[in-house]
Amino acid sequence: MSLAELSTLPLGTTASILGITTETVLEQRLQALGFRVGKQIAVIRKAWLGGPLHVRIGTTEVIMRRCDARSIQVQPDLIGV
Amino acid sequence: MTNSVSCNKCNPDGSPLLDVVSTAGLKQIAVLGMPNTGKSTFFNRFTGANASIGNWPGITVDLLVAKIKLGQQETQVVDLPGIYDLRGFSEDEEVVRRFLESNPVHLVIIILNATQLDRQISLALQVKHLNLPALLLLNMADEAPKFGVKIEPEQISRHLGMPVLSMSAKYGQGYAQARNLIALELSRQSEPILAGKIDKNVVSEAEFAAEMGALLQDGFLVSDAFKNTLTTKLDRVLLHPVFGLPIFFGLMYLMFQTVYTVGKPLQDWLNLLVEWFKTTAIEPLLSFLPKFPHDLLIDGVYGGMATVAAFLPVIWIFFICMAIVEDSGYLSRSAYLMDAFMERLGLDGRSFVMSLMGFGCNVPAIMGLRVMRSPALRLLSMLVIPFSLCSARLNVFIFMTTALFSASVAPLVLFSLYLFSFAAAILTAFIFKGKYPNQEPLILELPPYRFPTIKQMLLRAWGETRHFLRFAWKFIIFGVVAIWLCNNFPTNVEPASAGTISGTIGQALQPILGPIGINPKLSVALIFGFIAKEIVLGGLAVIYATKQDAGLAGAIAREIDWVQAYSFMLFTLLYVPCLSTVAVIKAESKSMKFALLGVFWSLALAWVASFVFYQGARALGF
Ligand SMILES: Nc1nc2c(ncn2[C@@H]2O[C@H](COP(=O)(O)OP(=O)(O)O)[C@@H](O)[C@H]2O)c(=O)[nH]1
Ligand SMILES: [Mg+2]
Repeated sequence: MSLAELSTLPLGTTASILGITTETVLEQRLQALGFRVGKQIAVIRKAWLGGPLHVRIGTTEVIMRRCDARSIQVQPDLIGV
Repeated sequence: MTNSVSCNKCNPDGSPLLDVVSTAGLKQIAVLGMPNTGKSTFFNRFTGANASIGNWPGITVDLLVAKIKLGQQETQVVDLPGIYDLRGFSEDEEVVRRFLESNPVHLVIIILNATQLDRQISLALQVKHLNLPALLLLNMADEAPKFGVKIEPEQISRHLGMPVLSMSAKYGQGYAQARNLIALELSRQSEPILAGKIDKNVVSEAEFAAEMGALLQDGFLVSDAFKNTLTTKLDRVLLHPVFGLPIFFGLMYLMFQTVYTVGKPLQDWLNLLVEWFKTTAIEPLLSFLPKFPHDLLIDGVYGGMATVAAFLPVIWIFFICMAIVEDSGYLSRSAYLMDAFMERLGLDGRSFVMSLMGFGCNVPAIMGLRVMRSPALRLLSMLVIPFSLCSARLNVFIFMTTALFSASVAPLVLFSLYLFSFAAAILTAFIFKGKYPNQEPLILELPPYRFPTIKQMLLRAWGETRHFLRFAWKFIIFGVVAIWLCNNFPTNVEPASAGTISGTIGQALQPILGPIGINPKLSVALIFGFIAKEIVLGGLAVIYATKQDAGLAGAIAREIDWVQAYSFMLFTLLYVPCLSTVAVIKAESKSMKFALLGVFWSLALAWVASFVFYQGARALGF
């Protein structure tokens, strides 16, 4: 499978982070929350009406808006959760 | 216990040590950590929860500080704001940097969440590169097994070059060892150390990542257990796309019902007690006084004190509930549930959480907006939060609704005021969102579900009650006495009649307040209610307490009907948040103009809402 944006990752699958392309401030905050290249990430649920994503990164769970998730590129894993 | 690595590092770049003569013999500890890692819980345990607010060189915000004795050593402990990154750009991160750069310390205590060490260790690594004497406490050790996390403190200590211990600040495991370790490290550090310029001290990103990887490899083991915990199961229900929101509002309603059903009888009971004390002790004691000072002391001063007392039960029970809500982790879930809606109002999930906090008190809620970076988002949230029906207003309304409506209707009336509170907030956001556009990202941690200990709940409730007693009573007694004087000057006319100061003010305001059903007597209560909404209740007591027979409730009910009363409550709900809120809005926005905008907008909205309600109800024949 190929490169994708986190916001398009289907529920119940995992992926590895390939890169984060956003302004420094946000990138720093993402790093502190555990978003680093190579780490595994999963989207647990998506709120309706375009609401936020609920993602798990390492042992941390965070919510983030879909537009912010767009700045995270991932490589979907071949095997599911 | 870990073998403690020597931390007696000398001052790294020889910058002059600040004046320590004034605090000779006093050693300085700074507590540092990521947000939500239990810093405050630790700080309270460590210092016995008797902190005060201190001033620090180079820092404008208030920090909590406590003086304690560790063994024989006098020690001063500062609780720094929670931060993610020492290089970060948020205000809190700036505060911590400035603190460490301008205040030499003998020891930095780093507190991290053991379960999330895989990401949080970055902060400890950053501190390591500052060459400050430090030790690391891995908190929430009680949760680690549930998440399948295993920590090797010795390994981590070896990588960091500082002592490391795991503990639970909430339940106390490992705390005694941590305290001993702190005392030991402190005794080894005779000179306080100042951090150099902080940006310079940080190594390159790649180096940093490698260091972090190596440390976690050796010291942090995790199984798959964290993917299936009680929290993940609960989330399936509470974050459900369809049931999530109804459950949320159901739970909020339940909380409000609890406060009402428990708080109301307590408030009544306390009122009786205060009244009994007045007739059996105060009145006989003061009976020798002439009428004027006698009434001033009894109706003004004692009446004001009685108002203060009447507030205590509801505040107490309300903050017991708030402690549960805040600690539960459910608030961040509400941000998830509400964000889509809030986004359409130009706000975000955090604004919603802070508005909920505003139902306790608007002031800390507005200060909590500091986590947002976008000034526009902060300003818009600041316009919205004052409409949250805070516990002071709740107290006033509990009293008024039960005085004026039958027992079965009163809770519904009160609930309708909550709905108005939401409606006003939504309308405000909708109107002003164009003026304050923002593109602030929303990224928020979801902590696991937790329940506070009884001690935590009592501490919180007591803290708020004490705060209220310390600060509010002066305002309230001042306000109530002022209203009494307005009602009784000049002394040659009937109290509260048209000839008194109140009467004059009330008459002058009739062109504005008449159309919304507020009579001249009530006007004065509203004016002083600007200082603090609590005064409105004390003011009513003064205004209607002239006839002793039926008590306040009966006296009010005889003079105004429910349409007037509801209009009055609506106005009280919406008009100008209290003086403290205005002051904090001015301080946080750094703009008098903006604070005034908030004042005028809320006044206008209050008037229009009351006008539409009052005239509408009258037109319908009520
Ligand atoms: N399970 C557990 N929870 C804790 C512990 N210490 C703190 N907490 C909880 O973690 C949350 C955040 O604590 P707080 O002291 O406010 O963290 P701060 O933001 O770092 O000041 C609260 O719900 C605490 O009750 C601990 O040792 N174990
Ligand atoms: Mg705290």
